[in-house]
Amino acid sequence: MSQADLLDQAPVFQLKGSMLAITVLELTHNDLARLDAQLLAKVAEAPNFFSNIPLVLALDKLPEDCGELDLAELQAVCKRHGLCIMAIRTEREEHIARARELDLAVLPPSGARERLIEPAESAEARRKAEKPREPEVRPTKVVTTPVRGGMQVYAEGGDLVVLASVSAGAELLADGNIHVYGPMRGRALAGVKRNAKARIFCQRLGAELLSIAGKYKVAEDLRRDPAWGDAVHVSLSGDVLKITRL
Amino acid sequence: MAKILVVTSGKGGVGKTTTSAAIGTGLALRGHKTVIVDFDVGLRNLDLIMGCERRVVYDFVNVINGEATLTQALIKDKRLENLYVLAASQTRDKDALTLEGVGKVMDELRESFEYIVCDSPAGIEKGAHLAMYFADEAIVVTNPEVSSVRDSDRMLGLLASKSRRAEQGEEPIKEHLLLTRYNPERVSKGEMLGVEDVEEILAIRLLGVIPESQAVLKASNQGVPVILDEQSDAGQAYSDAVDRLLGKELPHRFLDVQKKGLLQRLFGGRE
Repeated sequence: MSQADLLDQAPVFQLKGSMLAITVLELTHNDLARLDAQLLAKVAEAPNFFSNIPLVLALDKLPEDCGELDLAELQAVCKRHGLCIMAIRTEREEHIARARELDLAVLPPSGARERLIEPAESAEARRKAEKPREPEVRPTKVVTTPVRGGMQVYAEGGDLVVLASVSAGAELLADGNIHVYGPMRGRALAGVKRNAKARIFCQRLGAELLSIAGKYKVAEDLRRDPAWGDAVHVSLSGDVLKITRL
Repeated sequence: MAKILVVTSGKGGVGKTTTSAAIGTGLALRGHKTVIVDFDVGLRNLDLIMGCERRVVYDFVNVINGEATLTQALIKDKRLENLYVLAASQTRDKDALTLEGVGKVMDELRESFEYIVCDSPAGIEKGAHLAMYFADEAIVVTNPEVSSVRDSDRMLGLLASKSRRAEQGEEPIKEHLLLTRYNPERVSKGEMLGVEDVEEILAIRLLGVIPESQAVLKASNQGVPVILDEQSDAGQAYSDAVDRLLGKELPHRFLDVQKKGLLQRLFGGRE
């Protein structure tokens, strides 16, 4: 420190009021052995979150008859798990006295709203937020009873599997693929939300109409295909439906 | 516990009323107290086929509207003491039927009868819907002909989705297929759908095959249910069907072309 500094009246420090978000560890039972075990489990869930985290130890929720609190041991237990107790929150005289002995600050019980924290790896959380939301995929709709004429089955957001016959006049729709493991005599419209990658699988092709992402073929054309009546797999290649034998 | 059977088809003119009359009579013949209810409001036929058209005083709609009691409306069959008929109205139409009204009548009938046979009108509208709504079992009458098969398929879909059992998640209606107006000669010529073809398309259990028979027209004009004509092929086929309905296993008759001998061809004529 130079003489110039000492003579300078410029303030060396500033006092500022600040709102800090801090984690509070609320103790509900005076059971240090259990606390040790439970802290071990909790810290293991998100080790990075708990590493040297500053904590306010709230003792105001302890029951009246909790017995003598060994604050020094409590602090040691916490420190073992990487938790730095920087202050305690209490109203009780004996706790305040003990805190003073350990040079811990004392905070009065606050009326501030507190919420429960589920610690998650913050880095991971950031990574998750950056990944784009994937389209919701619903489980495959499976139909086991015959689909009769006049019925319409729509598998929204997923595939459709029919394990029985599909009568003429029945309609099957799906955002994904359609599988018919029985005689197929009705209509199948796959990839209805413009999913050109959708496919149709039939065990016995006899359909009235097949469509993938809006491109369709009626029975009149399908009949001319050599695979009519066989087990086929239909996909969209460009703008045309391609029928391949399974 | 009373059983409600609906005789339905979708397509018109396939033999629903003939079948309702025959099966209802067949059940009564076997000792079960049976009532046959005509749901075809406005175009009633059941009373004609049963031969009781001259004794209709009150009908189904009168009972629903509270204008008559069920006892007043029920017509006792002259030939069998276990058999009753509830005729439909001829002057009104299907809008006169309500779900609650039909439900109440069904509940009342359930108290005193073992079997309630509901003769459904053609179509899939209100009359047909109400006829099948309360059913426990369904007999789907089909002709071996493409439009009848397609309509029966539609009706099967409705039985599986719009009946009370379906709406309340109970055990589904038990479905039976009754193939009527079957002509084995035309089947062998390839002009008519065969039993296997129809079974394949509809995929429900076959209750019976009723051959095309002149006895049916004769019976309906006389007002006698064809099952009472025990000499006729149709009558015998219906009798077999009733036995199968009651659980008996019987082989299907009248499926094959009857080979006629020379004498039969000379003197027999068409049966």
